[in-house]
Amino acid sequence: MALLEIRDVTRRFGDFVAVDGVSLSIGAGEFFTLLGPSGCGKTTLLRMIAGFDQPDAGSIEIDGKNTVGVPPEERNVHTVFQSYALFPHMTVEQNVSFPLRMSKCPQAELAPRVREALEDVSLLGMEKRYPNELSGGQRQRVALARALINRPKLLLLDEPLAALDAKLKERMQLELITLQKEVGVTFIYVTHDQEEALALSHRIAVMNKGKVEQLDQPATIYGFPKNRFVADFIGECNLLDCTVSAVTDGTMILDVEQLGRVVASGANGTTAGTKGALALRPEKVSIARELTAESCVNRFNGRIFDYLYTGDVTLYIVEVDNGRRVEVMLPNNAVGRSSKFFEPGDAVQIGWRDDAGSFLPD
Amino acid sequence: MSPRAQKWVISGPPLGYLLIFFAIPTFIMVLASFRFAGEFGGLAPLVGTGNPDELSGLTFENYQRFFEDTIYLELFLKSFIYATVTTLLCLGVAYPLALMIARSDKRWRELLVLLVILPFWSNFLIRVYAWMIILGPQSGFARAVNGVLGTFGAEPIPLLYSPIAVIIGLVYVHLPFMVLPLYVNLEKHDPALLDAAQDLGAGAWQRFWKVTFPLSLPGVYAGAALVFIPALGIFAIPDILGGTDGILIGNVIKQQFLDARDWPFGSVLSMVLTVLAILFAGLAAWVARHQRI
Repeated sequence: MALLEIRDVTRRFGDFVAVDGVSLSIGAGEFFTLLGPSGCGKTTLLRMIAGFDQPDAGSIEIDGKNTVGVPPEERNVHTVFQSYALFPHMTVEQNVSFPLRMSKCPQAELAPRVREALEDVSLLGMEKRYPNELSGGQRQRVALARALINRPKLLLLDEPLAALDAKLKERMQLELITLQKEVGVTFIYVTHDQEEALALSHRIAVMNKGKVEQLDQPATIYGFPKNRFVADFIGECNLLDCTVSAVTDGTMILDVEQLGRVVASGANGTTAGTKGALALRPEKVSIARELTAESCVNRFNGRIFDYLYTGDVTLYIVEVDNGRRVEVMLPNNAVGRSSKFFEPGDAVQIGWRDDAGSFLPD
Repeated sequence: MSPRAQKWVISGPPLGYLLIFFAIPTFIMVLASFRFAGEFGGLAPLVGTGNPDELSGLTFENYQRFFEDTIYLELFLKSFIYATVTTLLCLGVAYPLALMIARSDKRWRELLVLLVILPFWSNFLIRVYAWMIILGPQSGFARAVNGVLGTFGAEPIPLLYSPIAVIIGLVYVHLPFMVLPLYVNLEKHDPALLDAAQDLGAGAWQRFWKVTFPLSLPGVYAGAALVFIPALGIFAIPDILGGTDGILIGNVIKQQFLDARDWPFGSVLSMVLTVLAILFAGLAAWVARHQRI
């Protein structure tokens, strides 16, 4: 049985439907992420799980028990807030022991348990500090230790890394993964940062306009987006508008506007005449002055229109002869300045395998 | 202009103001407390005319008189008790009000704060006299109170010219001074802290005592100082509402200056009051500073 069962939950604010018939089933020990742009309803959903808000329709069950009318303080669910919400008048120790003191935990147990919790987040020795004497990363850890100290069934994290700088963010991501494995508590993580979601989660629910667009493992979400929204929101993606012109043996011939005929595998019952888009990740497209690989069944000639150098990779925008612009990613793995490094105006060939992209019917 | 000169230009006017209207009058009062009373009131001259029958110079006599008769210390103690009770009652009434305003919809907040300070627009004495009518024996309020007491078999009590009337007046007049600093403090509280406390298992009562109240202590201290210090020296309210037994130390000081025309002794009482007030203000500031926010 799932630990958290969300059934057809809807929440309206006036005419605005923040959460629209969402159903999710989250298992024990899972690292689950709600990913979506701001205003997609992910935080509203999180607040309903925590008990700060009530669904207008549908039900939320935790451990098989309906949570209707159960206030947040009586739910075995804790939240790490975006602002951390550490109590400024309490020391680290007092902050972390707060949930224990609220649940009338025996005085003698407090110190060892606080020690243990601080050890989990490597904050030993900071007991007597106040929140304003800590760095952003340390505050984040205090918030985690405080939320985890009495081993909730569910830990909700509301964009907890949003306030940290890039380097620290990366380190905290690794620590979060380790911590989650260690404590075995189910994490429900809310973020608008797709890289963060891909790096952390076991499963991701991509949300848009109150609805779940796709629910899958990170690799599936990234590799096989179900629709235009998911393909566009997660990572860089070429969305090539096209029409299916023929289907044979599970292979489609696509007629791509301003590009030409493209062979794509995985027809899955698509019929000729269907309109849609071919989602093609820039890193799955090969680029060279003259493509040699036999596997690139789709080949087009074009010129470099522009490029974006980001250090580890370069993103080239290639304008093919029929006018379509395609983004192509090339790792800068050649030693020195190789012949692979193109300048705008260079004539190039781009190509990809028949299984490189996925067809998204409209 | 040199930075030094700029500093003087900026801080000069307020410093001058404080010098003229605070430092010099205080010095005059300190000096007066060591002088003799003049024959027809006021102060005796500092430098004598050579006539041995005429008083002149400085003396500790006035302070001796203060400590010889316990009535003055008793009056200070009584004033202290009244001011303390007033402060606590103000806190009790103002806190829920300030909290309500701070948590009300943003649109209403300014209007509610305006309502709190609205009484300042009418004269202080008129507002106190209004209480004479409200508390007077013929008023509906007094009849209602005595009616309730009567049903319990108690004797009717006079409300006006009683300690109760003085306390009501003191609380009424000083209430805005408690509400405003509390509101300013409570309005700044991050609502996420209460969400966090609730999320971590704190019920409504615990949320208040563990989060809201400790965080509001600077506001409590500021409000307490703004109520306690003026309440300690007030004379108009006990004059109007207190009756014959109702006098506080402020009334005695006023009497010394205006009725007895014993300026030196009035100055002594004022000095003691000022020192006490400074001590309490200092105490409140010290406690507030050592409270972490």
